Amino acid sequence: MSENVWILGIHMTPFGKRADKDVLDLAAEAALAALKDAGVTMKDMQVMGYGNLRGGTSGQSLQKQIGQTGIPSFNVSNACATGSTAMRAVIMAIKAGEADMGIAVGVEKLYGAGLLTGNSVGSGPETWTPTGRNGAIKNLDGYIGTSGMAGLFAQIGMAYNDSDPRADFELFARISEKSHSHSTLNPNAAYQNKMSLEQIMNDPMIAYPHTRSMCSANCDGAAASVIVSETKLRTLSLEQQRRAVKISASILASDPWTEASQEFPDVSTVTRNASVAAYEQAGLGPDDLDLVELHDCFAAAELVHYDNLGLCEPGGAIDFFNSGATWRDGKLPVNVSGGLQSKGHPIAATGIANIWEVATHLRGEAGPRQIQGAKAGMAHVIGLGSSCTVHILEKSGL
Amino acid sequence: MPIPIVNYLALEPQPHLVAQECTACKSKFFGRHNACPKCFGETFAEFDVPATGVLKTFTIVHHDAKGVPVPYCAAIIDCGGMTVSGNIIGVDPDPEIITRGMQVQLKTYSLGTDAEGVEAIGFGFEPV
Repeated sequence: MSENVWILGIHMTPFGKRADKDVLDLAAEAALAALKDAGVTMKDMQVMGYGNLRGGTSGQSLQKQIGQTGIPSFNVSNACATGSTAMRAVIMAIKAGEADMGIAVGVEKLYGAGLLTGNSVGSGPETWTPTGRNGAIKNLDGYIGTSGMAGLFAQIGMAYNDSDPRADFELFARISEKSHSHSTLNPNAAYQNKMSLEQIMNDPMIAYPHTRSMCSANCDGAAASVIVSETKLRTLSLEQQRRAVKISASILASDPWTEASQEFPDVSTVTRNASVAAYEQAGLGPDDLDLVELHDCFAAAELVHYDNLGLCEPGGAIDFFNSGATWRDGKLPVNVSGGLQSKGHPIAATGIANIWEVATHLRGEAGPRQIQGAKAGMAHVIGLGSSCTVHILEKSGL
Repeated sequence: MPIPIVNYLALEPQPHLVAQECTACKSKFFGRHNACPKCFGETFAEFDVPATGVLKTFTIVHHDAKGVPVPYCAAIIDCGGMTVSGNIIGVDPDPEIITRGMQVQLKTYSLGTDAEGVEAIGFGFEPV
């Protein structure tokens, strides 16, 4: 039986425009605050997991700012699941018995980055030259489908229409209306303005049915968590034990072979597989959850993940949303942080930030947006390509 | 001789797509593979993909990387059981016109010529 693992300390920086700080400043802000929250120092850390996709920094460069004790750093790259993958690496090290305490950090500076597929296709060679495994003679974006994220996830959402023809533009916009409404209670969110359905639907169209306010927001931010083994936790103070959050399930999965996924990202099968494994590992089911932070990188994604995570009856995501279940006063609040569309999505930070949100409610420390009496929650992240992490957390009973 | 936009677009005798088919498990995919992602088999045969299909899902892209002409309709087509990515062409990129379940047919078009006068050929799918 491998060791149970707990979150001892965790922190998310405010997301948004952080012009005053560089990537390492943000990483250090999150890491030092998580250590302080845990009541420990870098001296107690035996392993680090680190993720920063676009800043070119490493765990070693962070250690030079906050403490060079010689511990290993697993510098991971896993698209939008980078932060939670870094945390997964630390959890595995502790479960394997190679460490009893470690820290995971995810950081990104993305404010004003624009479309993440690249903002220019360039002029290309003067003569057509087949390159790559498909012998492509030019960048295929816009010529053979789209590689833009808003369009990819639009197609994923529109396909839900197979199981329910009500999956349309207005429905997706109403999901974003919920996200933006929730963000008004989150002082860490990059955008904290309530938006009406009309405002959302009349915003500039990025990729139908996604308008700008239905897309995740590029911003700066970092998040970090200190993980501890249960054996070690029981030697710490009662206050540390009381505030610790149990990691009842930690799953990282890749997309398995499916026919359709050869041509088009299949974020559903990987999420289904990861969530089934997570429920089994935790010994809990969807009915036991008090809140969920899921990867709503675009409005359409949230709808399909209600189904993929088993939060509703199979094929019942629209009725589930229409029932009001996923609003903060509903049966199973989803993305009470405001989600990626309003809280923001600094890619490598997101995986740990989602876990921070759930952990903060389980500790009863979420302030005005607290989900009262929360005992268990789930954090889900997708990295396109595709990977998925699902973590199920429980309130401390120690 | 014109050059196709990708090596899995065959221009003769009629334009069509050519998939790699695993000789062991018959699963199909475009582009060179080292081994079959489904059964790990290492031998492949060419498979002519039907040039007609059904539109499964789509989006209308209004904002893209600089230099990509917008708006355009990106779509996923089911061609005889094989999932194919391609644009819907020959109609306005309008969600009032383009509908899921629509029958579509592969069509080619010129992408222009390079400095040596070689013409490149792209493809998309037109409503039947």
